[in-house]
Amino acid sequence: MYGSIPAASAGSLGSLPALLAFSTEPLAHLRTLDVAVIAIYFIMVLWIGFYLKGRSNTSEEFFMAGREMTAWIAGLSFVSANLGSLELMGWAGSAYQYGILATHWYWIGAIPAMLFLGLVMMPFYYVCKTHSVPGYLDLRYGGGARSVAAISFATEMILMSGVNMFAMAVVMKVVLGWDISFSIFVSSIAVAIYVGLGGLRSAIFNEVLQFVLIWGGALLVPILGLIQTGGVGGLKRQIMANMQSMTGVRSDSYFHLWRDTGSFAANPMGVHWTGIVFGLGFVISFGYWTTDFLVVQRVLAARNLRAARMAPIIGSFFKMAVPFIVILPGLLGLVLLQNPDGSRRQLVGEDVVAACTVSSSGQVDDASACSAAMAKTSLPAAYRQKVLSSEPGAELHSYNQALPLMMVRYLGPGLLGLGITALIAGFMSGMAGNVSAFSTVWTYDIYKPLINKRGSDSHYVMVGRLSILIGVAVSIGAAYLVMHAHGIMDYVQALFSIFVAPLLATILFGMFWKRATKLAGFLGLLLGIVFSAGLFMWVKLVPSALADVALSPDAKPMAENVFRALWAFVFAAIVVVVVSLLTKPRPVAELDGLVYGATVLPKEESVPFYRNEYAWALLVVIIFAALNIIFW
Amino acid sequence: MHGSGIPIWFFIGVLLLIYGGMIFGYGIYEWQTASYPPAVELTRLHTPVWWGGVLALLGLFYVVKFRPGRAGR
Repeated sequence: MYGSIPAASAGSLGSLPALLAFSTEPLAHLRTLDVAVIAIYFIMVLWIGFYLKGRSNTSEEFFMAGREMTAWIAGLSFVSANLGSLELMGWAGSAYQYGILATHWYWIGAIPAMLFLGLVMMPFYYVCKTHSVPGYLDLRYGGGARSVAAISFATEMILMSGVNMFAMAVVMKVVLGWDISFSIFVSSIAVAIYVGLGGLRSAIFNEVLQFVLIWGGALLVPILGLIQTGGVGGLKRQIMANMQSMTGVRSDSYFHLWRDTGSFAANPMGVHWTGIVFGLGFVISFGYWTTDFLVVQRVLAARNLRAARMAPIIGSFFKMAVPFIVILPGLLGLVLLQNPDGSRRQLVGEDVVAACTVSSSGQVDDASACSAAMAKTSLPAAYRQKVLSSEPGAELHSYNQALPLMMVRYLGPGLLGLGITALIAGFMSGMAGNVSAFSTVWTYDIYKPLINKRGSDSHYVMVGRLSILIGVAVSIGAAYLVMHAHGIMDYVQALFSIFVAPLLATILFGMFWKRATKLAGFLGLLLGIVFSAGLFMWVKLVPSALADVALSPDAKPMAENVFRALWAFVFAAIVVVVVSLLTKPRPVAELDGLVYGATVLPKEESVPFYRNEYAWALLVVIIFAALNIIFW
Repeated sequence: MHGSGIPIWFFIGVLLLIYGGMIFGYGIYEWQTASYPPAVELTRLHTPVWWGGVLALLGLFYVVKFRPGRAGR
């Protein structure tokens, strides 16, 4: 999850560390009942870890959950590993800023790729019995490509885990006033215990549990919000009225997915439909959902090929529904959030909140910086003056606080504890996903081939358990590193978007083109990563280069991620094709189980249509198309 | 996960039953004493009562359906 599409693309969490300097009252105060709800959650996840310890003795059990998960469990875990609390809050904030354009990251940015994984790619992953995505590269291209993928993935997983651990701790401090170290250690130790004891099975069990909790805790906010606005029609009318009062233009851009994406300047996100379709909908989305081992590992644990193919399809139904608990609260926040004096509360960017830091004496630290930052927002002049004068109740809140603010608005004792538990659960499921995937890749793709090839099965299980502890410890170290060197956060968050496009190109050519050679796979991946990192650094050092990367002077940072991924994919694809044509391919007989056209897939037993993966995939396609047309 | 051992759905049922019971119980107390948290909106809807009830019933269903020993039959 922490290398996920939203975190990598939104870029909205990068300035979170600056909030540390922002001293104010926490948004919410927990009562005893809330604390009891949170405590019971921790007891439950630890109970599951201890209970499953006895069923994680062999490497197949520990790393692959015995390959006995049903389609439902694998499918829910597949989605849950991606549904982190930072994504929940980040995308609720994005919906507040950009309207339902943010939904693209849940629909076109996920659904086609999930169906493609289930129907087309899963047979190859499953039939070759690989333990990991780098393991597939090993079988297809050899040790070079495997090592590049494994080392980059393991590094990304552990650093992202640390960065997000820290970001979550900052959120807990801002929302609840919790101490940073308390949040970091309690959550990470709990994850280390239950994953270390029960392995992937424990991580998957808890992800399913956490998925249910996230819905149980977050679903009330949109339900109650819609009751208060008078339904979707009332919400739309009020947002348009607000937009008119803020900008003077009565625009309904906030409610259209595609209509205004014909030019960068016509929509609030500053993206073009070509970037959404090809960059997000193809490269980033397919890269994440079909090659990121964090999510693919959940499907590999399915008990048979049919379950493995059904799992992403089941997951896609729930993925399509997630905007209801993420996007809708952001939109509702636009019209419902109020200041203590009853006026409409306008959220701002974290850079503005950080610029208006209040010192211990109760005064704004740097009034001129604060004033300049607020001048870029649509905050009313009178309210800006109140902030500068540090009047009671005149506080600034960031976009990312839209969801917690909505929770505080509607959830009383007990329910608020459940909502906070949902956020904590989302964070922990993501971290568990990170460390379980890291443990498998470290043990199978780095330790076993490069360090100790002849260990016993129990030895590798021990290495796996140890790597979970070490992985969590390194993550904690990364969290504290970010705390003291904020600039690192942007770089670590970019790791996913740098790796994903070359990896996708390498795997797609490997899986669907018999001619792709070992050297081509290795060079395509390696040079693609170098090219992608080069593009990232270019824009980082020369911000005006964004216009060149995204092909428009009107492009905003959100557009950079999708276009950078697109160019990196094209570059890696060219390298793979050119090098393959210049080198000698492997005999087709060696590609059985690895490449389309060289593999005889096992014949699946005939089942009624309601258990057939193609029938369910067709239903997903129909719903997906209908949603895009309705919200066109 | 319906072979030997406790299915995950049972754990989920237990947690929902406990949470639902706690929230429902608090909701009844809140309703009876009219001691609503001041900053919370729409308290007239008595959300903890019906949402807690829904969670508890859902939890009870999962606990009964997936109780240890029954799964796999």
